[in-house]
Amino acid sequence: MSQRQNLQGNHACALGAIRAGCRFFAGYPITPSSEVAESMAAELPKVGGTFIQMEDEIASMGAVIGASMGGVKAMTATSGPGFSLKQENLGYACGAEIPCVIVNVMRGGPSTGMPTRPAQGDIMQARWGTHGDHAIIVLAPASVSEAYSETIRAVNLSESLRVPVIVLLDEVIGHLVETVDLEAIPGDADTVRAFATGPREGFEPYAVTEDMVPPMPRPGDGYRAHTTGLTHAPSGFPTQDPALAEAALTRTTDKLVLHRDKIESWRVRDCDDADLLIVAIGISARAAQQAVKELRAKGVKAGLFRPVTLWPFPEEALRDVVAKSGARAVLVPEMNQGQLVLEVERLLTDRCDVHALNRIDGEAITPDEIATRVQEILA
Amino acid sequence: MKDNIAAEPFEIKDYIRLEQMPHFLCPGCGHGIALRALLWAMHDLGIDKDKLAVVSGIGCSGRLSAYIDANTFHTTHGRPLAYATGLALARPDLHVVVITGDGDCLAIGGNHLIHACRRNLNMTCLMLNNEIYGMTGGQVSPTTSSDRYTTTTPAGNTEPVFDACALAAAAGASFVGREVTMQVNSLKDLTARALEHDGFSFLEVISDCTEIYGRKNDLGASPEMMLSQKSSMRPFAYRNTVDVPFRPNALKTGVLCQVERAEYGAAYREMTAGLRKKSEAE
Repeated sequence: MSQRQNLQGNHACALGAIRAGCRFFAGYPITPSSEVAESMAAELPKVGGTFIQMEDEIASMGAVIGASMGGVKAMTATSGPGFSLKQENLGYACGAEIPCVIVNVMRGGPSTGMPTRPAQGDIMQARWGTHGDHAIIVLAPASVSEAYSETIRAVNLSESLRVPVIVLLDEVIGHLVETVDLEAIPGDADTVRAFATGPREGFEPYAVTEDMVPPMPRPGDGYRAHTTGLTHAPSGFPTQDPALAEAALTRTTDKLVLHRDKIESWRVRDCDDADLLIVAIGISARAAQQAVKELRAKGVKAGLFRPVTLWPFPEEALRDVVAKSGARAVLVPEMNQGQLVLEVERLLTDRCDVHALNRIDGEAITPDEIATRVQEILA
Repeated sequence: MKDNIAAEPFEIKDYIRLEQMPHFLCPGCGHGIALRALLWAMHDLGIDKDKLAVVSGIGCSGRLSAYIDANTFHTTHGRPLAYATGLALARPDLHVVVITGDGDCLAIGGNHLIHACRRNLNMTCLMLNNEIYGMTGGQVSPTTSSDRYTTTTPAGNTEPVFDACALAAAAGASFVGREVTMQVNSLKDLTARALEHDGFSFLEVISDCTEIYGRKNDLGASPEMMLSQKSSMRPFAYRNTVDVPFRPNALKTGVLCQVERAEYGAAYREMTAGLRKKSEAE
């Protein structure tokens, strides 16, 4: 039986997380992400989970990491200023490899900016917001059903790879209401974090394993391990040995390279014969999709490449699509002063011309704007 | 909270990670005494170290977690109470102990302290107060005494001093205590009472930073500092717990506040169980 319902993007994130087995949420009210917390407060008790509204954004990130260190799948949600406040503890989760999911619903910035207006200004912050080199995954849904399915994937990737995962929505996707059938969306709720098993003697919590994901010692299981944000040896204890320090950081970044096939996800539309490719995420990709449809109706060969995994960027996929289509130009529409375009330029240097289309006035980019720009470039 | 009553005499080597020795504390530092008191109290209560989770912040106090043979988490500056809140809610089967310092707990982490006190989640917070940011080279902290010299108060401290226990009690902590490191037995007994308490327990341990704070202020070596700390305290024998928000000359020691209040984790689980029962009935 079909279970079609009208659902908001933010609510879909909450329901997706619960479907994936998330049983702990700590948050702090902030526009435009508060509906994620409200939904979690209502739904988690029904499945035996725990919701807590913490005293601030920093504390909610800390509590999520604390719950995850206890062995429970955990998530938080925030926006702009709150995402900035979470960055230090997010770095701890990167360094100590603590699974956790952070939903960031982007609003206009910098600072308090335009709390109720959409923007896509956190594309670089999501990748590089915390200090130091680090590995992180960022997923960028472009619909309500994808907010649901990508949050499921976020929990699963985070748990199976021991890495923080950001679900990056823009305000439009967060507040968009669409008709979805959640039952029809495939979602694996069975991903179980690899917890340490076997004898305590000789156990090393950060040992180099074949899959580069060390099994996590769970409190109460007898390992009595140490977890720290300091650079640590395989033993888990701090080290300043140059070789161990380099190896520790390298493994966490190499881990994502090793599992790239599992992490990367993208969608293409009308790319095979495209003269021009549009690269976009979130609501800008929805506008681009409409623009491509209208342009094709006029005989203009436009196509859309949409990275669903934003970081690590699906770079080989983009290069392949560009090479196979023979596109001579790429257009990157985004609601910021030009962030995604920097990555696209880096990947396509000497391959084709890269153009930007930016909007920073708190309004979404329209299909007409994109179509007009495409025709200008191809003229 | 007693797992089993210890029959064996306390041996510190049974509770520390010997492979992490030598520790990095300075000669004369009082933090080791506080650590010993914690482990001794654990032993007396028969707390299973597999079920003990120690969460620490940043600073000299933060490093103590690495020496304890338990599940230990060395977190970010000022945030151990936030991490511990998530851990204690997710894993009510664990004994959660937070080790923090005066800067970690009262300055950068002050917001988490007052809300942890208000919430009354089952955990014990040991705040080791040495009146200084020792690890970063001796800067002024919220508990540095008046007129004392630090690297950021070169002409003497002119800021008022926080009374951490008054703050914790005012914020609703259901157990508040204070002791000096000189009184090892009393400190151990007080720590045991804090560990046994059902709810949030806050303990201020007056510790000494001989190398940095003591040296800078000509306070003598560790024995002199400890004796002077002891003499500036008075065992608590009055009913009132909070007289002034800022530190008086003579600080009270012992149990300063103990009230029966609903433990937050149990209250939350009771509420959610009720919700589930209601939804099943519908």
